[in-house]
Amino acid sequence: MTGLFSEVFLGALLFGAITAAIPLLLAGLGEQMSEKAGVLNIGIEGMMIGGAYLGFVAAFYSGSLWLGFLFGACAGIAVAALMALLCVRLGLNQIVIGIGLTLGLEGLTALLHHFQFSRSYPRLPAAERTEIPLLADIPVLGPALFRHHLIVYLAIALVFVMIYVYRRTQLGLNLQAAGDKPAALDVAGVDVIRTRTVAVLFTGAMAGLGGAYLANVGAGIFIPFITNGAGFLGIVLAMLARGRPVWVLLGALLFGLCLSLTTAMQVAGINIPTDVIQMLPFLAVMVMLVAFGRRGSLPAALGIPYERGAR
Amino acid sequence: MTSASPPRPAGKPDLVTLERVTKRFPGIVANNAVDLSIRAGEVHVLLGENGAGKSTLIGMLSGLQQPTEGRILVGGTPTPITSPRHALALGIGTVFQHMMLVPTLTVAENLLLGGSWWRRPKAGELQARAAEIGRTLGISVDLGARVEDLSLGEQQQVEILRALLRDSRLLILDESTSMLTPKGIDDLGALMRRLAENGLAIVFITHKLKEAAAFGDRISVLKLGRKVGEITPERLRSLGEDEIVAEIVEMMFGARAGGDPEEAQRTARAFPEAVAPLLEVRDLAVPAGSGTPGLSGVSFAVRPGEILGIAGIDGNGQKQLAEALAGQLAASGGTIRLAGEAMDGLGVGERHRKGLRYLTDDRLGEGTVGSFPVSINFFLKQIGTPPFWRNGIEQTAAIDKRAGELVRAYDVRTPSLETPIGRLSGGNIQKILIAREFADGARAVIFNKPTYGLDLANTLATRQRIRDIATGGAAVLLISTDLEELLGMCDRISVMASGALVGTVDNAADARTRVGRLMIGLAA
Repeated sequence: MTGLFSEVFLGALLFGAITAAIPLLLAGLGEQMSEKAGVLNIGIEGMMIGGAYLGFVAAFYSGSLWLGFLFGACAGIAVAALMALLCVRLGLNQIVIGIGLTLGLEGLTALLHHFQFSRSYPRLPAAERTEIPLLADIPVLGPALFRHHLIVYLAIALVFVMIYVYRRTQLGLNLQAAGDKPAALDVAGVDVIRTRTVAVLFTGAMAGLGGAYLANVGAGIFIPFITNGAGFLGIVLAMLARGRPVWVLLGALLFGLCLSLTTAMQVAGINIPTDVIQMLPFLAVMVMLVAFGRRGSLPAALGIPYERGAR
Repeated sequence: MTSASPPRPAGKPDLVTLERVTKRFPGIVANNAVDLSIRAGEVHVLLGENGAGKSTLIGMLSGLQQPTEGRILVGGTPTPITSPRHALALGIGTVFQHMMLVPTLTVAENLLLGGSWWRRPKAGELQARAAEIGRTLGISVDLGARVEDLSLGEQQQVEILRALLRDSRLLILDESTSMLTPKGIDDLGALMRRLAENGLAIVFITHKLKEAAAFGDRISVLKLGRKVGEITPERLRSLGEDEIVAEIVEMMFGARAGGDPEEAQRTARAFPEAVAPLLEVRDLAVPAGSGTPGLSGVSFAVRPGEILGIAGIDGNGQKQLAEALAGQLAASGGTIRLAGEAMDGLGVGERHRKGLRYLTDDRLGEGTVGSFPVSINFFLKQIGTPPFWRNGIEQTAAIDKRAGELVRAYDVRTPSLETPIGRLSGGNIQKILIAREFADGARAVIFNKPTYGLDLANTLATRQRIRDIATGGAAVLLISTDLEELLGMCDRISVMASGALVGTVDNAADARTRVGRLMIGLAA
């Protein structure tokens, strides 16, 4: 047990927690907007892996992480556009289409990866980090929390942007109406389909970005099925947080800590089977569901396609 | 001004005109060549029963639906109204029958819905304008309140306010009084009058004759999708209220004139004590649930052919009583006997089989399965039993044959036996429920608010069915919150309060006062 409470262990644990939390945070914030608008976006895992693959490819060939993020987000948007067409405009079943998109994208990216990289398994160089002046010099916490890639701070800033959007803007009102009573939004003169489409596309962008971060910054490599349920954890976060972005952040950090503990304990040489440790985040999901799952209700029209004038 | 053809005596030009507007849905013509002229400063009442096509007409005016044939003119120009947004832009505001507000948002947020999405909601401007409109028209709503905390009447004011905030020139009120208290209805009438005086055109939809006569400047009557008559403002002013009602009844029901047809007097029959009760309940008790009252010490007896009424304010245990009798709710004490045989411990299906029948007031929720065809809904309580099911296999031929007989016998208007029951009107669903519960050996029937939400024709038909089955020797328990209905139908009336029967009176001449006294907590 020598390594467990050392500064190195603690530092690695916290640094890993942030790194693991960011994709969950992005996915959770994205999913939250879809759910607010009444779309249960199960395809988010597919959007994420699409973003991870294209983001990696773009970063690998261009050498620019930012270009990787851009392409990752675009891949997510492309998958989301398909989801929006099928589920929002045509009103097909959101769960079936979502699962189909996820499985399809997982297979497609694994196949493409197999043709391109199966012999070489190229890695990206370690991501450039931005240090926050002064804070980064705090012992232990400084390097763990304040020496990350710039996008980490942007993702956390996004939480507060979302709070502003939901509380203070017309778009926030429209999104909530689209999820709670779409017919009321329609007769108020706002296109429900368009509002929900915007929400789904935003989810795609965030999921794609999260996937790209996961591959390019978190792992430095793309391997098939790399997202490993991160998108689904995003759905759980959005469900637990209801409409509140801050809760997505807290939940993402908690899950990130669990994921990081998995690696950190292995590094520290603690003799617990890795499979057990890897179960931790999912056990945490169940504990959180039991503790908070029943609180508050989800949007009344969640998962129900909107059709004008339907009885 | 002399206009050539059709004479327009009032001289006011039409704000909106419907010309031979027809709307077809699969299997049904909802509107058939309807002409309508809507003018500024007028309250135009659209009167008709359930299924007369009122709501479809409103759907087309508010951009939710498009006419199949015919055209709509706005300010004299033919204008297809393509979407709700378009309708609002044309100055047509609608207050729908079912509230169109987001319950989780505040009043202000609801009023701000529909602004440009990239802008910040203009809360300050809204407040000033809402206050101004409220002052001139006497509407006062708390902009900061959450909509789900408001009463239905208040929600309606919010919807009217919303229409006015958007500079509507035409305000459509769809069945706006059905959820309101009598005081709320009078207030709404006064508000419509003030709005019309301010130059708005109002279309007011209702199926209540008295409201039409009291609030309307012009009355159009719809029947089965057609416009069957119109009373102009001039005629309306020259007639007394009774004459107006008589004329409308004439239009709606043909030659069945003679005042308000809802008023039918029944003389109570006395049933000798010697006759053995068919349905006998002793000390029935049900524990209270969260938010629902329990029952305690409920005892009564109904003799063959007798109609016993249960009066009382809604929510005093009437539904629990009905469900405990039907076997849907477990009783914690007491006995229920049907012709001397104890029903305690038997399930819903078994009680149904033995002749104890229950017509729920929740027709679509628990009475039927909306997505199932009409045919299966006749036999919901017999699923799995022969002759309609054999060894677990559905016998389609037997079901369709019997269902067809029942459809004819009970005059159910349905496009086909395969039509999902949820698509039918309330009156037709009620007919199917009646057919189901009356069929094959009904001995005691419990009705819970049987005419709630039905139009006049279906109300009268339902009441006649209830009388008929009593005349046929069944014991009838009629639970209703409509005192007129009970006085017109029952032999005796018991009053329920807080889960107990507080008194029973014979339906004699003084029954109204005695029941009324019991209902407000005095001794009869």
